[in-house]
Amino acid sequence: MRLITHNMLKCHVKNCTDPDRQFPLRFKDVQLEQIEAERNDEFLVRMLPRIDWPALLKTTKELGIELPETVPDAPADDEGFLQALHTAILETHVRQGTMLCDGCSHEYKITNGIANMLLAEHEI
Amino acid sequence: MGLPTPSTAHLSQEKYETVYEPAEDTYLLLDALESDRLQLQEQTPTICVEIGSGSGCVSAFLAQVLDPHHALILSTDINPAANMATQETAASNKCDGCASDQIRTRFAQAMDVRLCGKIDVLLFNPPYVVTPTEEIDATAEASAWAGGRHGREVLDILLPNVASMLAPRGRFYLVVIEQNKPEDIIALLKGDGLDGERVLSRKAGREHLSILRFIKA
Repeated sequence: MRLITHNMLKCHVKNCTDPDRQFPLRFKDVQLEQIEAERNDEFLVRMLPRIDWPALLKTTKELGIELPETVPDAPADDEGFLQALHTAILETHVRQGTMLCDGCSHEYKITNGIANMLLAEHEI
Repeated sequence: MGLPTPSTAHLSQEKYETVYEPAEDTYLLLDALESDRLQLQEQTPTICVEIGSGSGCVSAFLAQVLDPHHALILSTDINPAANMATQETAASNKCDGCASDQIRTRFAQAMDVRLCGKIDVLLFNPPYVVTPTEEIDATAEASAWAGGRHGREVLDILLPNVASMLAPRGRFYLVVIEQNKPEDIIALLKGDGLDGERVLSRKAGREHLSILRFIKA
């Protein structure tokens, strides 16, 4: 699972509703893999508005991945920014590990790069 | 002939026993996407979601239809074997342009809040077979085809959310059979502001299949 996908995941346990704590999900005991991929700047610029930047920043800091604090005014022209963004969101894969919700303590497991977001009956 | 159908030879492995193998319904959806290739590319979709990806054939094909355009393709399924199959299909039919990830979840749960109003292309080949309600999700295999009353019980959970999930100009492609009452589905989504039509139809055995396409203004 790429970090761009993680940026789309939010805890959905019943009654877990504090937006500041249910997103982003906190990584625990993760195994990361960097897989090179061809960079497409046009795609990165299109994806940018859909990214929750504070969440991505928080997550990359937790994982020790470089990412600029703020999005530049003209991202399309900023080579350094685009490369850092590309590496963080598309080339960084989480293979195994756990995602923890700070709001309700629910743990979602990641196996073979696939996050299990299914909940038990009482959690829905 | 158009784009090649993604290879799913790996599905013969025992670990993929419970995964729905591509069939006429799958191929009809591929045909509908291929017919719309120009329009889909012009739309420049950024985020695409396939619900119930099964073998991953459709998600992999979407990547080819969009090529050389780049998009993020998120494929969901409740069956973990289907998640793995989808991953393997994406890897063996490599389309470098699209970033494909798989999530084990029901519909688009856990992502739907973040993706609200942001899904450019939504695909669903639902469990559409008319069965007793009890058969829905009874087994991993049944989760792929058992649709309960009018074959609509699973689909009906998703339908009220489709309009809000889609981005402006977003598209929803759905596989149905006549028993699912396609005209009713079109009318229902029209009420939510989605312009729908039957774009392709085919008889396969006893099933009269159709692809419905909905576009948000």
